[in-house]
Amino acid sequence: MKPTLLALSLFAAAFSAAAFAQSEDLSEPLGEGGPVETTGVEASGEEADQGGLSFTVTDESDWTDIGVAIPAFATDRDQPTPANADGTGALGREVARVITANLRNNGLFKPVGPDSLPQPSFGQITAPSWGSWSGRGAEMLVHGYVRARDDDRLVVGCYLYDVALQDELIREGWVVRPADWRRAAHKCSDLIYARLTGESPFFDSRIAYIAETGPKDNRVKRLAVMDSDGANHRFLTLGSATALTPRYSPDYSKIMYLSYVDGNPRIYVYDIGSGKQQLVTENSNPTLAPRWSPDGRNILFSMAVAGNTDIYRVPVTGGQVVRLTDTPGIDIGGSYSPDGSRIVFESDRSGSQQCYIMNADGSNQRRITFFGGRCATPEWSPRGDQIAFTRIAGDFNISVMNPNGRNLRVLTSGWQDEAPTWAPNGRIIQFFRTERNTGRSGLWQVDLTGRNERRLPTPVDASDPAWGPIRP
Amino acid sequence: MTMFPRNTLRTTVLLAASATALAACSKKAPEELPPPPAPAEVQEETTAEPSGPVVGTQQHFENAVGSSTTIYFDTDRFNVDSADAAALQEQAQYFARFPQLTFTIEGHADERGTREYNLALGERRANAAKNYLVSLGVGTDRIRTISYGKERPVALASNEAAWAQNRRAASVIIN
Repeated sequence: MKPTLLALSLFAAAFSAAAFAQSEDLSEPLGEGGPVETTGVEASGEEADQGGLSFTVTDESDWTDIGVAIPAFATDRDQPTPANADGTGALGREVARVITANLRNNGLFKPVGPDSLPQPSFGQITAPSWGSWSGRGAEMLVHGYVRARDDDRLVVGCYLYDVALQDELIREGWVVRPADWRRAAHKCSDLIYARLTGESPFFDSRIAYIAETGPKDNRVKRLAVMDSDGANHRFLTLGSATALTPRYSPDYSKIMYLSYVDGNPRIYVYDIGSGKQQLVTENSNPTLAPRWSPDGRNILFSMAVAGNTDIYRVPVTGGQVVRLTDTPGIDIGGSYSPDGSRIVFESDRSGSQQCYIMNADGSNQRRITFFGGRCATPEWSPRGDQIAFTRIAGDFNISVMNPNGRNLRVLTSGWQDEAPTWAPNGRIIQFFRTERNTGRSGLWQVDLTGRNERRLPTPVDASDPAWGPIRP
Repeated sequence: MTMFPRNTLRTTVLLAASATALAACSKKAPEELPPPPAPAEVQEETTAEPSGPVVGTQQHFENAVGSSTTIYFDTDRFNVDSADAAALQEQAQYFARFPQLTFTIEGHADERGTREYNLALGERRANAAKNYLVSLGVGTDRIRTISYGKERPVALASNEAAWAQNRRAASVIIN
């Protein structure tokens, strides 16, 4: 059977990689589950109306007020599953909890979770008991089920109903390995979010970041990864060498990051499946600030030659290194537009850090920021309409602007908020906030309104978040 | 084990004293500079066979040039000013005297810069120090540079005095 064979070969690769990994400061390889299979689910009593929303979404203040009831997902038959020691029934409750936490933590809607709601039967998933839900003030109702297949895989169905209209808005189902059960909950969250807001999904995604421990003058900095909600956390390096500035490849197969593992700051391309890594370019110079092109074929990086840092491009497969900037100043931190045609980067060629745009081949370099203060770590939104950056004007604050450098909006007000990274749908920004004096840091996120700001839970201090794309 | 001839020790004392004097009259030296290490010859005067730090150790280098192992920079700057030049001249004399030594210049930045930019800035500072030493006759192949950006501060507070101490290029003998 194909999936089993694949799993076995991944295991063999992991085993052989473990021996030499120690000398490279690498933990055990991670292994990725791969794509989630979408499956058809039973239609509800009334055929789904694909005709659009039953209310008008005018702005975010409207849809954030929508009450959404998310009772426990039902199961046709309570069975044991590797995903939950108490069986598929208990797992159904966990799935609903994950969805509720996703919507609540991101300031989306007014979700009510399974712990304060009656539990629907399996039969009611496709035929809701409308009377009992309309009395609870919920405008939207999420139903779902969990079913264990003979091959141990789980089928998770997800339904969104409009309570007032007693109508099904959308439904979808997924087949996942037991270890990937949370991904089904994220897919369901994405389905609800996308249907109610008209925005693109973002929950089923992962975050690479730097985990920090120890005192300010002797920080241990390790490469780590986690799901968008902080679950499935893993350390990828052991901490004997400082790791910084990770970036997930667009297909999640690799992570680029800076490591001092050979004593010098160098960018490595870490292959998640095999647990092996290689230098981005064989060169004795320091390489910094790794970035992927949107199609994952090219790597943008900065390299210091005799103290002068410029931006370069190299194919992922290796080969010709192309120099894109050649000013005497520091040119660093390029970020591609979503269509790959342009690059925003920072340069101090004018005397202070400012943001510039150039064509992908390095031509037509021009400064775009002229407001007070400095512009650093620009990141182009996946939607293309905004550039997030660190604005330095006394304190460091996360800000956004249009790609022409206009419409500056400052979103955060910490002492040192740095290094924005976009959610896959371009609606939320994560960054890291450093405390004055202690040097302790944590991951935070803020939405584009600036109103919904929260700290992300991480096992230890954290910096340099890098949000990956939506998973397949 | 290498022992110090008496005349070398005397030179060391003089060098350390002049380095201290230079640091004291420098406008740019940070307010909270650590005191230069106590000259090692005090103890050695009392022993029949002196056994201080050997050539090739950081301690020997520090005993010889005092606080001149490290130079300091203004915010976002990487130029070698007159105080830096005096310190680098001390270093150049030392490395001329011990031509077998190779060393590393570590470039650093304060915490009030973004992480990636500070890595590039530290590299620039280390190279500025290196270039000046090369201009004084130190062989370029004897000097390695490395930037730690803002990742390795020596002063831990978040204020101007601490930041001034962290904007530095430190010459280090690694053995």
